[in-house]
Amino acid sequence: MKHTISVLVENKFGVLARVAGLFSGRGFNIESLSVGETIDPNISSMTIITRGDDLIIEQITKQLNKLVDVIKVSDLMEVEHVEREMVLVKVSPRREDRIEVLKIAEIFRGRIIDSGHSTFTIETTGDEGKISAFIELIKPFGIKEFVRTGKVAIAREGVKKP
Amino acid sequence: MKMSGAEILIECLKKEGVKHVFGYPGGVVLNIFDVLYDEKQLKLILTRHEQGAVHAADGYARVSGKVGVAIVTSGPGATNTVTGLATASMDSIPIVVFTGQVPTMLIGNDAFQEADIVGITRPCTKHNFLVKDVKDLAVTVREAFHIASTGRPGPVLVDLPKDVTAGTGEFIWPKEVHIKGYNPKYEGNKWQMKQAANEIIKAKRPVIMAGGGVILSDASKELKELAELTKIPVTMTLMGLGGFPGTNRLSMGMLGMHGTYCANMAVQNSDLIVGIGVRFDDRVTGRTKDFAPGAKIVQIDIDPTSIKKTIRVDVPVVGDVKHVLKGMIKELKESKEQWSAVRNAWLKQVDAWQKERPLDYEHDPKVIKPQFVVEKIYELTKGDAVICTEVGQNQMWAAQFYKYDKPRKWLSSGGLGTMGYGFPAAIGAQMAMPDATVFDIAGDGSIQMNIQELATAVINKLPIKVAILNNRFLGMVRQWQELFFKERYSHTDLDVVPDFVKVAEAYGAVGLRAETTAEVVPVIKEALKIKNKPVFMDFVVDWKEKVYPMVPAGAAIDEMIFGEKKEKKKKFDSSEIKIA
Ligand SMILES: Cc1ncc(C[n+]2csc(CCOP(=O)(O)OP(=O)(O)O)c2C)c(N)n1
Repeated sequence: MKHTISVLVENKFGVLARVAGLFSGRGFNIESLSVGETIDPNISSMTIITRGDDLIIEQITKQLNKLVDVIKVSDLMEVEHVEREMVLVKVSPRREDRIEVLKIAEIFRGRIIDSGHSTFTIETTGDEGKISAFIELIKPFGIKEFVRTGKVAIAREGVKKP
Repeated sequence: MKMSGAEILIECLKKEGVKHVFGYPGGVVLNIFDVLYDEKQLKLILTRHEQGAVHAADGYARVSGKVGVAIVTSGPGATNTVTGLATASMDSIPIVVFTGQVPTMLIGNDAFQEADIVGITRPCTKHNFLVKDVKDLAVTVREAFHIASTGRPGPVLVDLPKDVTAGTGEFIWPKEVHIKGYNPKYEGNKWQMKQAANEIIKAKRPVIMAGGGVILSDASKELKELAELTKIPVTMTLMGLGGFPGTNRLSMGMLGMHGTYCANMAVQNSDLIVGIGVRFDDRVTGRTKDFAPGAKIVQIDIDPTSIKKTIRVDVPVVGDVKHVLKGMIKELKESKEQWSAVRNAWLKQVDAWQKERPLDYEHDPKVIKPQFVVEKIYELTKGDAVICTEVGQNQMWAAQFYKYDKPRKWLSSGGLGTMGYGFPAAIGAQMAMPDATVFDIAGDGSIQMNIQELATAVINKLPIKVAILNNRFLGMVRQWQELFFKERYSHTDLDVVPDFVKVAEAYGAVGLRAETTAEVVPVIKEALKIKNKPVFMDFVVDWKEKVYPMVPAGAAIDEMIFGEKKEKKKKFDSSEIKIA
C-alpha cells in the first residue's frame, strides 16, 4: 500500500544522502520525494511517498526515526491529510487544437506560464487524481516535456480519521 | 584559551576519560601526532595496520565497556578502517574513529589521499561527522562520544580536515549534549512490561533467549535473577555468551546454526520465547517461518528497528534491557506462582535433551582434536580468561567448548564474521585489562589476516596467547564444501601455511608447537607462564574435523545434522510432556 511519510530533518549537508541511503540499503522503494526548508531555517521537511505492507512501513518509519539527523517522522496515512503536487507541462498542439488545450488547462485551473511559437507551458497543482486526469487529457495533443515536483503533504487540523 | 585544533581534540579526549588511543599516522594528521608526542596522560598505541587499530579499539570497548578510540590518516588510512567500523556496527560496539581529511578547500577535488570517508562509511556507522570549522570541533567530539555510547551503542566516525586540526580556536568544552533527533528511550513502557510478565506467568514451556544487548546494558545480574526466579531455561546467541553463566543449571548453551541440540529443541518446542537484547538474525532463527512455531514471542530491545524486523513479535518492549528486566522482576515477584513446581516437567524435558545429545566429538589419541584444545584452555584458565576468536570453525569451537560465566570475556565478530578480528581485538583487550589472561583462538587462515599486529603486541609487551587451530584449510568453508559441494575443495586448501613458530620468533615473540595430543597441555601451560610477550601456539589439528551440530542454511533449527551419521532427529511432540 502507498504511504505518505512526512519527515522533519536537520538542515545539514548529507542528510538527504542518509535518508536515500536508508531506502536503497534496505531495498525500500521511494516513489517520490520532495524537500524544502521550514519556517525554521535549521529544519527541513521531506515528504516521501513509498509503498509496502504494514511491516515494511513500520520498519521504514522506525529506521527513519533512528537517524540522528531526523527530528520527527509521521506516517500521514494514520491521519486525515491533504496532498498536493505541481506539474509543468510543455505541449505543442497543432494550431487547430490550441483553443481546446487552453480550455482543458482552464478546467484544471492551470495557468500558462510560458508560450513560444508552437508551445505552451502549463502549470497546475492538485492531488494525485487531478494531476493524472489532467495529463491523460493533455497527452493526445502532444506533450513535449513534463516535470512533477513530487508530492507535499500536511495533516489536517482537528479532523480525525474515521 | 586559544589552542590548535589538534590540541583541542586531545583535550576533548582527555575530558572524555580516554587513556588509550589506537592509531596510525599520515600526512593530514601530523598536527595531531605532533601533540601526542609530548602527551603524558593519553597513550597512542601504534598498530601495524589501520584495520588493526579499529579492531583493537573495538576489543578495548568490549572488555571495558568504555568507548574505544582510533586515529588514522585520510585516504587509504581511512578506507582501511571500513571493515573495523562495519564489524563494530553489526555488533553494536561503541567506538569513535577519527580520520584525517584533506584541507576543506580541497575536498571534492580528488586531492592526494582524498577519500569521501563520510560517504563511504554512512551505512556502517551509527553516525558520522565532517568537521568543517575548528569552532565546531569540541561539540562534535562530545556528540560523537555521546552517540557512540548511549542507546544502542555503535561506531561513530569523525572526519577532520587538515586545516581544522592545524587551525586555532577557542577551547570550550560543552557541558551538555543536546541533539534534537536523538533521544534513546531507556525506561520500558509499564503496560508492555506487565504484559511481558503476564506471558511468563501463563507460559508452560518458556525459553529465555539472551543476546549481546544483555552485555551491552550490563544486565547479566538482572538476567540471572529473572531466570532463577521464574525457573526459565536460558539460551544465548553467539553475542550473548557470558551474559548468563554458562555453567548455571539453567543454561542450555548457544542456539542456532551451531547451537546445542538442547537449546534448539527447547526453542522449537517452547510456547514462549523471551528475547532479551537479541535481533533474531538468520544464524539464530534458521528458516524464519518455522522458527519456534508454537511460541509467543516477547522481544525486549532498546532499538525499535530490531523489533519485528525478521520475525513476528507478540509483545514488544522498547527499552534498555537492564531497566526493563528490573521492572519485570518487580512485577513477577508479586505473583504468587510456585515456580519450581510449575516448571518441573519442562526443566526435566530440557535436561533430557541435554543428556540425549551433549556437545561432543570423537577422541582420537593419534591426532589433536581442535575441540580438545579448547577444552584444555578452559580447564587450565579455570574459565576465567578473556577469549577472543577469529572466524570459522575456531570461533564455533571456542563458543561451544569454553563456558563463559561472566560478561565481557568473550570477544567475537558475530554479525559481520570478520576474519582477522580476534588478534587485534586481543591487543585492545589486553591494553584495557593488563592483568587478564587474554587468548585469541584462531584458525591458520584468519590469523594471517592481521598477523602484522604481532609487532604491536611485542613492542607493548602484551602476553597475548594465540592458539592457532592449524588445520591447513579454510576449515569452515571446507566443511561446507565437504557437506554440500561433494568434497570439491575449491581454493580452501591453504597449501603453504607459514611456520607459525618461526613467524612468532621473527617478530620477537614466543612460538610453541603441539603435534600430538600429549603435547597440548604442556604447550598451554608453557604459554600461560609467559608474562611479557605474545606467544603463538601452533596446534597441528585434525583437518577433517567438523563443527556439529549444524543447521544447514535455510533449514529450521531443529533440522540439525550430527557427526558422521548426518541423521535427522524426529520431531518432538509437545503433548508428550505432562504439565501439572
Ligand atoms: C574477511 C573474511 N573473508 C572471508 C570470510 C569467509 N570465511 C568464513 S570462515 C572462513 C575460513 C576461516 O579459515 P580459518 O581461519 O583457517 O579457520 P577455520 O575455519 O579453519 O577454523 C572463511 C574464508 C570471512 N568470514 N571473513
